[in-house]
Amino acid sequence: MNSIPILKERKKQIYHKGEGVFDLTCDTKSLAGSVSQRACVFCGSRVVLYPIADALHLIHGPIGCASYTWDIRGALSSGPELHRMSFSTDLRERNIIFGGEKKLYASLVQLIDTYRPNAAFVYCTCIIGIIGDDIDSVCKRVTEEKGIPVLPVHSEGFKGTKKDGYKAACESLSMLVGTGSIENIGKYAINIMGEFNIAGEAWTIKKYYENMGIEVVSVFTGDGRVENIKRSHGASLNVVQCSGSILRLAQIMEEKYGIPYIRVSYFGIDDMSKALYDVAAHFKDNLKIMKKTKEIVRNEIDAIYPDLLRYKKALSGKKAAIYVGGAFKAFSMIKALRSLGIDVVLAGSQTGNKDDYEVLRDMCDDGTVILDDANPLELSKYCIEKGADLFVGGVKERPIAYKLGIGFCDHNHERKISLAGYSGMINLAKEVYSSVFSPVWKFAPQKMIRRR
Amino acid sequence: MKTQEKIEYKATSNACKLCSPLGASFVFRGIERSIPLLHGSQGCSTYIRRYLISHFNEPVDIACSNFTEETAVFGGGANLKLAVENIIKQYNPELIGIATTCLSETIGEDVPMILKGYNKKNFDENFPEIVSVSTPSFSGTHIDGFHGAVRAVVNSIAVEKKISTKQINIFPGMLSPADLRHLKEIVSDFSTNYAMLPDYSDTFDGPLWTEYQEIPEGGTKIEKIASMGDAVASIEFGKILAGKESAGKLLESRFNVPYHSLGLPIGINETDAFLKALETITGKPVPEKYIQERGRLIDAYADGHKYVFEARAVVYGEEDLVIGLASFLSEVGIIPIICASGGESGLLRQKILDIIPDAENIGIRIIEGADFVEIGEEARKIDPDFFIGNSKGYKIAREMKKPLIRVGFPIHDRLGGARIIHVGYRGAQQLFDIISNTIIATRQDTSPVGYTYM
Repeated sequence: MNSIPILKERKKQIYHKGEGVFDLTCDTKSLAGSVSQRACVFCGSRVVLYPIADALHLIHGPIGCASYTWDIRGALSSGPELHRMSFSTDLRERNIIFGGEKKLYASLVQLIDTYRPNAAFVYCTCIIGIIGDDIDSVCKRVTEEKGIPVLPVHSEGFKGTKKDGYKAACESLSMLVGTGSIENIGKYAINIMGEFNIAGEAWTIKKYYENMGIEVVSVFTGDGRVENIKRSHGASLNVVQCSGSILRLAQIMEEKYGIPYIRVSYFGIDDMSKALYDVAAHFKDNLKIMKKTKEIVRNEIDAIYPDLLRYKKALSGKKAAIYVGGAFKAFSMIKALRSLGIDVVLAGSQTGNKDDYEVLRDMCDDGTVILDDANPLELSKYCIEKGADLFVGGVKERPIAYKLGIGFCDHNHERKISLAGYSGMINLAKEVYSSVFSPVWKFAPQKMIRRR
Repeated sequence: MKTQEKIEYKATSNACKLCSPLGASFVFRGIERSIPLLHGSQGCSTYIRRYLISHFNEPVDIACSNFTEETAVFGGGANLKLAVENIIKQYNPELIGIATTCLSETIGEDVPMILKGYNKKNFDENFPEIVSVSTPSFSGTHIDGFHGAVRAVVNSIAVEKKISTKQINIFPGMLSPADLRHLKEIVSDFSTNYAMLPDYSDTFDGPLWTEYQEIPEGGTKIEKIASMGDAVASIEFGKILAGKESAGKLLESRFNVPYHSLGLPIGINETDAFLKALETITGKPVPEKYIQERGRLIDAYADGHKYVFEARAVVYGEEDLVIGLASFLSEVGIIPIICASGGESGLLRQKILDIIPDAENIGIRIIEGADFVEIGEEARKIDPDFFIGNSKGYKIAREMKKPLIRVGFPIHDRLGGARIIHVGYRGAQQLFDIISNTIIATRQDTSPVGYTYM
C-alpha cells in the first residue's frame, strides 16, 4: 500500500487523540493546492439564505455560481418554491469592462415583476468587488421603486472562508429583522435558527415545541418566510442549531433586542432531548411546559427504543469516520453513533473553531484522528489506517468511501431522509445499517485485503 | 437598438449552461496522471467537484490556488506557485492543467508569465508538464472551456518528430465515458494506432480500488499527445467547433496533419460519416462487426418506426450535442420541435437547417442562449411528446407531465450517466429503444385498455 503523504503545512491541522500536546490550528484559509472540501464565502451565504422560500435569490456575477447552486439543497417549503430557482445576472465580458450595475438593476426589476417575491437577496460573487459595482445603491433604488426589501449580500468568494459567508448572510437577515409587527406574539415564543428543513426536519422540530406549549415565531431558514423573519424580534428566546451558520444573527439580536440565545442540536436522542429541555428550562415560570416536555420526551423515546436496540445489537463495535461542515454536527453525530454502539475513529469539520475542537478532543476516544479542513487524501489515509466501516459526510466524501468499500451515511444538505428528532434517529440507524450491512461490500477489493 | 438592449439586460433563470473552468476540468481529468488546478477562489473547485461527483459518482480531486483578499489585490502568483508545489508533493502528477476563473481573469493574471521557468529543464525530469488555459466564466460556456483546454494541451505538448506513427488523432468532445470507450473500440477495430484526447473513460468511470489512488488510473498518455504532430490525420467532432479555433485545426496549420471535421456521430448518418472517414484514412474497409450492428439498427428502426413517427421532441444541451441529437431524431422521423442551447456561437440555426432544411416550415424553434425558463415557455406553447437532454430539464418535464429522456451531462437524478452510449450504431440503438419504449409506455399507461401487446 502506498503511504499517502501529508503536507507539512497541513500537519498542524491534524491531531491524534492521546498523542502529544493538543494545539490544533483552525479557522484559517485553506492551503493552496490542498484539495479542501470547503467552498467559499458565497457558498456560506447562499446556504444560509437558501431556504427562504418566498424571497428572490439573485446571484450577481458570471453564470457558474448560479448554475452550481440551482436546487442544490433539500430544504422543503410548505408553500412557495421560489428558492428552488436559479437566477443570475450572467455577466459577460462587456459587463466586466463597463460594470454590471445596469444589468443588475434590469434583472432585479424584471424578476420582481415576474415572480412577485416578498424580498430579494443579491449575492455578490468574486468579481463584483473587483469591478467596483455599487450593489448597495442598486438595492436601495429597487427597494424604493418596488416596495420590497432588496438586500445586498456581500459574499465575494475570496473574501475569507465559508464562515465569513455565514456572517454576511446574517448581516443581510438582520436588516429584515425588526421591520414587522410583533402584535399577538405570546410570552412563550421562540425562533428556531440554523435549521434548514432538510427533508422536513424543521417541521418535526417545530411540532415538538408546539406540543410543549411554545409558539414558534420564525424558523428563519427552514421553510422560511420573509414576514416571519420581519417579526422574529417578538420572540423571547432564540434557539440556535448549526452553530456556525447563524450564530452571528443570534448575537446581533441579543445586542439589539435583548433576546437571549441557546445552542442546541436536534441529532441523536441525547441532544434532541436536551434541545427540548433547555427551552422548557428557559421558561421556568411555566411549569406546565416542563411537564409536557418530559411527557413528550418519554413518549418519543419509548416509541423508538425497541427498534434502536435491535440496530445497536447489529452495529456494535463498528467504526465510523465523521467529516462534516460544522463541528457542532460532529458532536451530535459522535453521540448518536455511540448510542448505536459505533466507535468514532475519525472526526473532523470544514469550519470548526478552537473551542469546537477542544470539545471534540474531550469527546473522542484515544486514537481518534481529529482533522480541520481536511482533503480527500487525508480522509482516505485515515479511513484506511483506522479501518473505518462507515463514513458520515456529504456528497464529496461519498465516492471516497465507496471506492474504499466503506459504507456511507449522507449527512448533507441534499439528503432526502430526515435525520433530526427522534424519528430521525431511527432513520439514521436504518441508513447506517443498510449501508454497512449491504452484501455488495463483499465484492470490494479493499475490504478483502483488510480482512486478510 | 432598444429591443437589443432589452435582450441584453435579461437575467438568466435556470441556466442551460455551466462555466468554462468546468469544461477544462473534464479535459485535464482525461490525461494520464494529470490533475486540474483552478486559479481562483476555493468555491470554484469545490462547486465544480461537487457537480462532477454528483454525475459520475467518482472521487474528483480538483486543486485550487485559493485566492484571498490579499491575493486579489496583489496578484495570485505566489498562491499559484504554492499550489503547484503542494500538488506535486501530494499527487506527484505528470501534468498539471491550470484553468483560470472569472476572478483571476478580471484582475488580469497572466498564468504562463507567472509560471515561466516552471519546467523540467529548471527543475528535474520528474517535474510535471504544466499546461494552462484561459477560461474566464464570463465568456462562453463550459463547452468552450472544454475545447479550449484540448487545444491548449495540444498546443503545448504536440510536436513533430517526422516519424511515421500511423496515428490517428481523435478529438471526441464532451461525451460520456461509455462513448469514449466505444470510440476507442471502433478505432481499434480498424487496427490502427490512435490518440484520443481527452480520454476520461477510466478516470471518470473506474472500479473500486484495491489501494488508494491519488490520481485514478487511465487517461490519454502524454507521449501520445506529443506524437500528435506526426499523425496521419485528426478527426474532430463538432460542427459548432468547426467554426472556432480547435486542436484539430492547430495540428493542421502547424504540422500539416490532415483535418477531418465531423458532426458528433449520433445516429446512422453521422456514424456512417465517421466510419467512412476511418476507411479513407486507414484504407481499410469497415469491419464486419459494424456492418452487422448497422444492419440490426436499421431492423430496429423498421420495427419501431410507426411509434416514433412525427413525435415531437424538445432537445437541449450543448450546441453540438443538440445538432447530433437533431440529426438522429430526424433520421427516424421524430421532429426536434425545439432545439435549444445555452451556447451562443451564432451557428446553431444554420447547422440545424443543414440537417433539416425545412425546419422553419415544420415549426422547429431554434433557441440560442436559452435558459430553462425560456425553454419551458416555448415547450408549453407546443405540447411536445418528450424532452431529451440532461437532468436539468426535469423540472419542466415534471410540470408538463412529459417524459424526460436523460442524455448528456449532467445527470444528477439517476445512476449511470457515465454508462450512457450516445455515439455509433450502438448508441443509436440504445437511444432508439429508449425513445420508442418511452412513447409506447406513455400510450400504454394512459390507455383505458392497457394492451399487453404493442
